[in-house]
Amino acid sequence: MIQAGTDTGGDALSFELLLDAIVLGMLVGCFYAAVSIGLSISFGLLDVPQVAHPAMLLLGSYGTYLLGRWGLDPLLAGVILMPIFFLFGMALYRGFHEIFEKRGEATGIGSLAFFFGVALIIEVGLIMVFGVDQRAVEAPYIGSSITVGDIPLPIRMVVAFVVALLFTGGLILYLAKTFTGRAIRAVAQDEGALKLMGVDPVKIKQWAFGIATATTALAGALLIVITPVDPNYYRLYIGRTFCVVVLAGPGSMGGTLIAGLILGISESIVLTMFGASWAQAVSFGLLLVVLGLRPQGLFGR
Amino acid sequence: MTRAGAKFWVGAAAVMLLALAATAILKNEYWFYAGFVVLQFVVLATAWNILGGYAGYVNFGTSAFVGAGTYAAIVAIKALAAPLGVQILLAAGIAGLLGFATGLLTLRLRGIFFSIATVAVAIVLETFIVNWRFVGGSTGIQILRPVDTGLFGSYTKMLFLVMVGLSVAAAAIARTLEISWIGRGLRAVRDNEEAAESCGVPTLRLKLIACTISGALMGAAGAPMAVYQSYIEPASAFSLNYSILALAMPIVGGTAHWSGPVLGALLFGTLQQVVSATISSELNRLVIGVMLIVFVVGAPAGIVGLWRKWAAKRAGAGSP
Amino acid sequence: MNGAPLLSVEGLVKRFAGFVALSEIRLAVAPGERLGLIGPNGSGKTTLINCVSGLLRPEQGAILYDGRAITRMPAFERTRLGIARSFQIPRPFRSMSVLENLMVPLDYVAHRGQLRDTGAQDEAMALLAQMGLAEKAQAFAGSLTQVDLRKLELARALAARPKLLISDEAMAGLSGAEIEEVLALLWRLNETGITVIMIEHIMSAVMRFSQRVICLDAGKIIAEGTPTQMVENPEVRRAYLGA
Repeated sequence: MIQAGTDTGGDALSFELLLDAIVLGMLVGCFYAAVSIGLSISFGLLDVPQVAHPAMLLLGSYGTYLLGRWGLDPLLAGVILMPIFFLFGMALYRGFHEIFEKRGEATGIGSLAFFFGVALIIEVGLIMVFGVDQRAVEAPYIGSSITVGDIPLPIRMVVAFVVALLFTGGLILYLAKTFTGRAIRAVAQDEGALKLMGVDPVKIKQWAFGIATATTALAGALLIVITPVDPNYYRLYIGRTFCVVVLAGPGSMGGTLIAGLILGISESIVLTMFGASWAQAVSFGLLLVVLGLRPQGLFGR
Repeated sequence: MTRAGAKFWVGAAAVMLLALAATAILKNEYWFYAGFVVLQFVVLATAWNILGGYAGYVNFGTSAFVGAGTYAAIVAIKALAAPLGVQILLAAGIAGLLGFATGLLTLRLRGIFFSIATVAVAIVLETFIVNWRFVGGSTGIQILRPVDTGLFGSYTKMLFLVMVGLSVAAAAIARTLEISWIGRGLRAVRDNEEAAESCGVPTLRLKLIACTISGALMGAAGAPMAVYQSYIEPASAFSLNYSILALAMPIVGGTAHWSGPVLGALLFGTLQQVVSATISSELNRLVIGVMLIVFVVGAPAGIVGLWRKWAAKRAGAGSP
Repeated sequence: MNGAPLLSVEGLVKRFAGFVALSEIRLAVAPGERLGLIGPNGSGKTTLINCVSGLLRPEQGAILYDGRAITRMPAFERTRLGIARSFQIPRPFRSMSVLENLMVPLDYVAHRGQLRDTGAQDEAMALLAQMGLAEKAQAFAGSLTQVDLRKLELARALAARPKLLISDEAMAGLSGAEIEEVLALLWRLNETGITVIMIEHIMSAVMRFSQRVICLDAGKIIAEGTPTQMVENPEVRRAYLGA
């Protein structure tokens, strides 16, 4: 988990502790939106069962770690990795399209098993190269804290929060305001209309999937800035990313930010009140509740 | 009974007799110890395929149902001192109920939501067990094997025979479903759910049936783990390996016919037992991941599909 | 219209994320009637029959079939009551043979609860022969041509032994002779007492076939009448024929 464990036994929970939890939860929540926004595009908008998204995220973290050993700043490393991830995403989508979409099996068990296989290979590849030990990066903003009011905030969290907010906000604007962004959102609704406008839906999807994958490079860098990572994070982030996307409602970009905040704050409160052994179930539990009660999410179409 | 049906049951009887003979002849306990694991995967792969292969709903969380079965057995032992048969029945009941509940929650939605929900169920359930003192929490629990070795010379041999029985039962259930109207309905669901519904197929009901049976069989396969391993901790009872292999085995073996998952499990399971001593478990998983992709891309009908194609070609070449 | 309608739709409203696909649709279909449903693309024809066949739930309004409310009934139960439909874009069961495609509705509607295959196979073969698909009975549905897929759509709907058949653009892409074939078939079915709702873009076919035509535009019924009245109706011409 991200925060240091807090004493849960005995005394009644103090108000300050709860406030700490909420503030930290908000910072983490914004980060959760940043790690999920790519999935919101690939799964939410394009309907691709991209279960390898969290594995790509880890790949981003480990890529950042490698570049960090050459003395590169983690955030800069994340940005440098983005074009590579973008190309990989385009290639992955092309393969998926040729193999499954063309056969009309975009959502069948084959396509799910395909992305599951990709995730497995990434996860195992990371274990084989880096081992199961945790890896961390170094930067001036990691390790120290500032105090805002009475609340001590680790600077790395604040940095991650700011970058995540700018990054997520920028993507939301890109999708809402630019021609390509609108075409990406339209491809989810009506491929026929796009064709009439002279836009090739497959090319748009490929571009969008490239962007979705590229986000995992920077988001992965943020992840390793916030906390040391190990390959098992894959499973945890299946829960967190899908929880955010489903809670937001597939296709709702703005909702992703709000859903991230909800998850971040809930996790933080559960961590403070019940301890770390319950916290990892929060995202999955929330996911199940949303699927059962409101599968279209908070802002679903 | 049809000819194919007669052949199946004769084969099933032969397998059970062979297993019985093996327990009488073979002295080395290792064979039964390893055989138990392979056969457990026959049950799991077959169970996975009832929902995944026939209806097209991918379960990523087989471990949830296996773990539920194992811990149901532990509770049965601790609270009731129940014999193995009761443990298995209770485990099947609990895991079946879990399957039904998961299905009820998500089977109205698109397939991927079900898949993600199964991962969620696995994690949430494991978290509850980790925090449940009665069954040992995160540190695990020691289960004492009964001293009585029973009719078959040793407790391991007895457990092996139980797993043989469960495997045959699982295959028989899968085959019965497959050739019945339920199987045809599930295939219609997999091919096109709305068209199936428009053809009078009660899709939700069929999916719930498949999900419940699938879950119950997984739970039954998990139950004997309590006495087999004699020390159980949540991390091993809910091992990711179950989820990965139960999915990979049917896809490699072939999802359309009951023999696909059986074949995949025997092949993969045996391979695992052989190579786990020589290569790392990571390399092992890597091979599984690569095989999975190779098969879904190159041979979506699995080994059984390749075999059928080959047989058809040979028959075609043989005739003038 | 004399007697009780077989199907009546009352004040049906369907929205998709704020967009109103159907607003206050009201219509009735008499037993044995041949009704044509026309309107430009996106006017709500398919949405309407998705509501009638049960694949969509309307936000408001009621659907009555044979005197009972079926508004909230699952689609499979409606099929069992006698409402069958074909899909605009064919949706075959790809992993099955053509014959087996027909066995699905036969298993689940007409021969439900029967342990042995009592004549279901023969019934399926007879239907395939009627549609000119008999030689392809053992072929995989995934390997059929577009034309054959459309025939299979119709054959599969008929295998559910409908009282009300909804044909959603069953003739798109067919040649002139094939259109005549399908028309003749629907006519024969209608003569045996089956009510037919035909959604069609091929004007000559729908105008010849229907006794009454309803025209939808932007989710509303803009005109209703005999085929001749419809051709002359200025609203229809404006909305649909683009004149």
